[in-house]
Amino acid sequence: MEGLDEVIREHPFFRDLDPRFVSLVVGCARNVRFDAGQYLFREGGPADQFYLLRHGHVALEMVSPTGGALTFQTLGEGDIVGLSWFVSPYRWAYDARAIELTRAVSLDAVCLRSKLDEDHDLGYEVMQRFVPVLIERLQGTRLQMLDVYGHSRAGAPGS
Amino acid sequence: MNIGHFMTPDVSRVAGTRRETRDTWTLRLEPPRNAAAWSYRPGQFNMLYAFGIGEVPISISGQVAGDGTLLHTVRAVGRVSAALTRLRKGESVGVRGPFGTPWPMDLAVGRDVIVAAGGLGLAPVRPVVRTLLEQRGKFGRVVLLFGARSPAEIVFRREVERWGRRRDAEVLVTVDHASPDWAGHVGVVTTLVKKAAFDPGNTVAMLCGPEVMMRFMVAALRSSAVPDDAMFLSMERNMKCAIGQCGHCQFGADFVCRDGPVLRYDRVRDRLSVREL
Repeated sequence: MEGLDEVIREHPFFRDLDPRFVSLVVGCARNVRFDAGQYLFREGGPADQFYLLRHGHVALEMVSPTGGALTFQTLGEGDIVGLSWFVSPYRWAYDARAIELTRAVSLDAVCLRSKLDEDHDLGYEVMQRFVPVLIERLQGTRLQMLDVYGHSRAGAPGS
Repeated sequence: MNIGHFMTPDVSRVAGTRRETRDTWTLRLEPPRNAAAWSYRPGQFNMLYAFGIGEVPISISGQVAGDGTLLHTVRAVGRVSAALTRLRKGESVGVRGPFGTPWPMDLAVGRDVIVAAGGLGLAPVRPVVRTLLEQRGKFGRVVLLFGARSPAEIVFRREVERWGRRRDAEVLVTVDHASPDWAGHVGVVTTLVKKAAFDPGNTVAMLCGPEVMMRFMVAALRSSAVPDDAMFLSMERNMKCAIGQCGHCQFGADFVCRDGPVLRYDRVRDRLSVREL
């Protein structure tokens, strides 16, 4: 069975991380599993963890105007779940629900934030990995807002 | 070129229709007497004429092996396309074509192939996917990345599900807006690139969909180290004559109807970000 340090080193989010930083991150990490339907976190709750997905899929959901849960994104192996742990006031902005049996590494955000504060090199390294995820999801949200498929042509090439 | 031949529609009879989504139908057309339009290469299009109303370019979305009927998938977005979607078995339609450049199937032989489509953009690449799967041994890994607005707007849904059950192809489908019964991916189609397995240095990518989707897909593929000269886009412009004479579909130095619709990315790279084009 892989050790946590190996799991973290091989996860795309932390791939090629300096071994010195890996040992710092491992100190905040533990393996977790969620059964299908179980919530990783709920909107409004304290963002005191974030997750490196190793297996399974997670739906990010918000309550729709009609009262039902609306899935706006699904994440899977290699993705990270949870962005709000990084920014005050550290509260989740949506629900995260396991669609199927999901295995992940949970990182204690309070622990990790204190290490980022203490070691700015580690802080910068994590920032460089975290911001592209933010940008990618922001771009994705913009494309969803554009409703790009809602205005296609009749069936011409490139519709 | 005998322009007269290419400007005169042949009359084809509708052999059948199939509703794909709320506003999208596939027309199955019998070969006309002049069967030029029935010898096509994946990626090409025909001009379909709704008599008395007008003519629009429609991609060829497949051919029925047994009877040679040709498939065109049409979304009702205007007067002409709406008229085409109202056609029923036994009625007639004018056909000119086929026109345009095909997908680079020869270049794809021996390589991994990524087909990335969005919305109705699956129609022009469906013949590609069918060819890849029918001649599976000739290609490396076959990856289909497909994004739709919602589960209800997935065209060719049963066929896509059949493709998805194959073990020799990776078929990833996502929707922008999920319905409660949807158990698949949710999110934009570009997010699927990271989930797919392919060798970027030995890959041919064929992209078809709204231009903004293709721009972001190109960026995602570039991030995965797919070279610019290995990506091909099916461009869409306002095509009228389909033979490069009227100029309606001019896209910089190219006429999309004649020099495209399938164009290599490095040829159009600098023009894609020019808003006026």
